[in-house]
Amino acid sequence: MNSVFGDRKTIIILLAPALLLYTLLKIGPVAWSLGLSFFEGNTLRGFEFVGVDNFTKFFTDDAALQSLGVSVFFAIVATAGQILLGYLLALLYVFVLRKGSSLLRTIVFFPAILPTVAVALLFRSFVAVGDNQGPVNDLINLFGGESVEFLATTSGTMATALAMTLWGSMGFYAILLYAGLLDIPDEILESAKLDGANGLKLVRHIVVPLSLPILLSSIIFSLNATLKVFDSLLALNNGGPGTSTAPLTLYMYRTAFEYAEYGYGSTIALVLTLLCLVFTLAIFRSSQRKAED
Amino acid sequence: MTVQPQVENPSVTVLERSEQPLRNRRRARRALKRLPVWTIVTIVVVVVLYPQVWMILGSFKTQSEFLSNPALSLPENWIFDNYTTALNNGNVSRNYLNSILVTLPSVALIVLIGVAAGYALEVLVWRGRKGTLLYILAGIMVPGQMILVPLFTVYFRAGLTDSLWPLIITYTVMGLPLTTFLMAAYFRSIPREIFEAATVDGSSPLRSFFVIGLPMMRNSILTIGLVQFFSVWNDLLIALTFTTRPDLATIQVGLLSLSDQYGSTQYGPLFAAVSINIVVLLIVFVFLNKKIMAGMAAGSVKG
Repeated sequence: MNSVFGDRKTIIILLAPALLLYTLLKIGPVAWSLGLSFFEGNTLRGFEFVGVDNFTKFFTDDAALQSLGVSVFFAIVATAGQILLGYLLALLYVFVLRKGSSLLRTIVFFPAILPTVAVALLFRSFVAVGDNQGPVNDLINLFGGESVEFLATTSGTMATALAMTLWGSMGFYAILLYAGLLDIPDEILESAKLDGANGLKLVRHIVVPLSLPILLSSIIFSLNATLKVFDSLLALNNGGPGTSTAPLTLYMYRTAFEYAEYGYGSTIALVLTLLCLVFTLAIFRSSQRKAED
Repeated sequence: MTVQPQVENPSVTVLERSEQPLRNRRRARRALKRLPVWTIVTIVVVVVLYPQVWMILGSFKTQSEFLSNPALSLPENWIFDNYTTALNNGNVSRNYLNSILVTLPSVALIVLIGVAAGYALEVLVWRGRKGTLLYILAGIMVPGQMILVPLFTVYFRAGLTDSLWPLIITYTVMGLPLTTFLMAAYFRSIPREIFEAATVDGSSPLRSFFVIGLPMMRNSILTIGLVQFFSVWNDLLIALTFTTRPDLATIQVGLLSLSDQYGSTQYGPLFAAVSINIVVLLIVFVFLNKKIMAGMAAGSVKG
């Protein structure tokens, strides 16, 4: 039987398209890009081998370090917010609303499928449109505050970007974590309740430890997604004011395609890749250490 | 704005008619206990829905009407002027067409190639298939930025930059690793006996793929197809990099340049262009939300 399922021709027909495309247009370019990071220049101007100069340049380049800081800050705060809001929503779905949560789950999830560009333009108007500077400022005025020009400052832009990211993704993370919470056996919860664990105590000592695996994989997924933040900060305020909210991805894009520095651009892309790897491994390691304790 | 599915239960209304003071009081007490919950639910719903409603209502307003009363209010007249301006003046209708022309072939290719590879890696038996699956899986981790510069050079040399092909090819490659991995996982959940029985009946494994594998994967194909549809449709990075002319731009690139063009001076057409995006996706979501939610959750928890 296995010889029939090991038919070489069938394997090649079905697997070759995927394997070829993937190798030629993904693995190949990754290797190429790795190589490029040791060169200076572009296709028109020609390339010059510069060794590790691009890397030393990166760590003395203020713009690069600033964008690195923006990416890391955004990733950490956005991940913390996404997981926290998502987990609170998931707890609400599973333990408070129970069977009645389906409509709310669906409504809160919907923004997750909206294009980030559309959401960014929506939020940009939401904090800046009209004489009053948008509905958010209407609300601030209502409580007696002065209108705030969110997009005129770095912190205001960052706050808006984080708010729109949380708005767009909390429903998605809620669904992820909801699925994890549903997997907790009822018997465990029942016996914990009989032992007198209730409310916060139950959540802290029973629910959180039991949903730790799904929490960790959600954190890793969220960090990897938010470290690559691009659309939202670009569409919201063009990385501004100035370049103060330009993340690493945007700096890489501008270096490679606006200033045609292919070599240095590849170096920045490599730093981004390594950054994702380091964060993933760090979470992994810390979770394993916790499991050993 | 309240979400109370169980209260609208018909059997409850029947009870309500045969009123008993005791039961009423008990229900009142229970309602009071539920009050904080409903407050939270209401706040969540308002926070999620209000920005969207605000934008869609705004897209029907005239500029002066919008400025004089920007918060939540119905338009005085439901005018479609903003929509006609957006679709006729800018490139918006061209952008939407481009997005469709890019997204549909990309998703079709991703799913077809991915499901075939998943079958070859899971149902077929050969040495090295585990390693091959890992090799493909490694691609999920790599950010798009790593391959942009080389691909740009390749497409430029191949003379493809004046078409939509760079987008279709790149999206297909980017979507393949996850799709292959998930398809292999779905094939794993189908009992092998089905394929073996087909072989006993004289079907070749290639024929079994088309006659048994594909039809059995219908559900998974739809789920993954939806996930890939959103990731391609919503992408900005790749579209921005490989778009050399305004009339090749997808809707996300188009929206970005539209917002530069109108800036903070003319909201109507911009709002209309964004609202089309929201409403179209909303219609898709209303019909397929279960599949979309399941698919996107599956796509993120890998391994």
